[in-house]
Amino acid sequence: MSELSTPLYSIPGSASGSAVPATPTDDSSPVGAPGAAHGAARTVSEVLAASHAGAVFDELDRDLVGLKSVKARIRDIAALLVIDKLRMNLGLQAQAPSLHMSFTGNPGTGKTTVALRMAEILFRLGYVRKGHLVAVTRDDLVGQYIGHTAPKTKEVLKRAMGGVLFIDEAYYLYRPENERDYGQEAIEILLQVMENQRDDLVVILAGYRDRMERFFRSNPGMSSRIAHHLDFPDYAPADLLRIAEKLLEGHNYQFAPEARCAFEEYLQHRVRQPHFANARSVRNALDRARLRQASRLFAERERPFTAQELTTIEAGDIRASRVFQAAAVQTEN
Amino acid sequence: MMTNPVMKITQGQFSFLPELTDAEISLQIEYGLRRGYAWSVEYTDDPHPRNTYWEMFGMPMFDLRDAAGVMLELQNCRKTFPQHYIRLVAFDATRGVESIAMSFIVQRPPSEPGFGLIRQEGPGRTLRYTVHGYGTDRPEGERSGG
Repeated sequence: MSELSTPLYSIPGSASGSAVPATPTDDSSPVGAPGAAHGAARTVSEVLAASHAGAVFDELDRDLVGLKSVKARIRDIAALLVIDKLRMNLGLQAQAPSLHMSFTGNPGTGKTTVALRMAEILFRLGYVRKGHLVAVTRDDLVGQYIGHTAPKTKEVLKRAMGGVLFIDEAYYLYRPENERDYGQEAIEILLQVMENQRDDLVVILAGYRDRMERFFRSNPGMSSRIAHHLDFPDYAPADLLRIAEKLLEGHNYQFAPEARCAFEEYLQHRVRQPHFANARSVRNALDRARLRQASRLFAERERPFTAQELTTIEAGDIRASRVFQAAAVQTEN
Repeated sequence: MMTNPVMKITQGQFSFLPELTDAEISLQIEYGLRRGYAWSVEYTDDPHPRNTYWEMFGMPMFDLRDAAGVMLELQNCRKTFPQHYIRLVAFDATRGVESIAMSFIVQRPPSEPGFGLIRQEGPGRTLRYTVHGYGTDRPEGERSGG
């Protein structure tokens, strides 16, 4: 009986046949994950080379305008992870570090974009197995009747396993004014998974700074389980202009020289107006400018256009914006 | 049923092999996920070969990327039904396929009651045969553990 149950096979990819008791290894990531590649690395550059994480840093620097403090924090975190990897290779530390983060900042400051990059970095360094990002809000986690919340939250958690769970506007989970709110239940399940399955999933909470602070104050358990708090500052006007140019470039458009000045002026007015959402407002403004450019060209039915004309946004396309009128009204008063 | 040398029920994949370890189960789940299957956990205390549809433990899990999610549900099921048969089932939702692509048992009760052959004499000299699970002599919920 016993010799019959001894396996005569070996499963490809399995660390050892079940005849030998499985020994826990430092690197339990499955085959194919980049984490498996730097098993024996002894230097920082070896880890970086094996994981190709350097490329992600360069991309981060190149693609993201401004955000100096955020980039510095990400580099710090990545440095810590690389050093941890080296320590693990020498058998110095067995426990997975806590990687849960909170991103606070005004709308449009790049929280989601950075979260995507963060997932990529963690994946390259082998701290998450799949590196996908699941972005959710309160609606995806909290149910509408008793017994609805737990399965809903668990399903989202299961989908996010092996990657990063990004909870946007996380403070909506907690509604102190309604004691029968189901959000608390979602928070409890979340906390449990954040604690017990640290190597399966990284949670990033995002939202406005002041509200997140209030949320953390009323949920000390959540606050203590989050290792890294990143604050996203507002963009400087010069950064916004560079973002605008990058966005246009991506769509194969460009500013005419006067249009660039007009847009600079536009930004100055727009920043002072309510509901300013940083990069998102810039994107929306550009979308509207593209609309105006299109209708301007559309009016000239018979003229053949050059590529130059089709890709250029003129000053008039921007100056037609409501923002200028509102600013004019303000100065008059 | 019990003519195999390991004295255990053989249904689905891997059932002539020794029990899979959790690491091996994870690898199988990963394989299924890579092929786009949706995993689900099912349990029963009546593993009769004709009992095709076992009880579902939660919903089938679509859109998963990593085996950890399925393992989480499996551990839940093991905790809830420590003495039942549990199997993992992979559903291939590809149009035109839409059926079970993988299925294997991941937990058995400590002792498996097994099946007996029942002979029923019919008119003339006919004999009708049927398979009867010893476990099912007791009511549901009390069958496990032999």
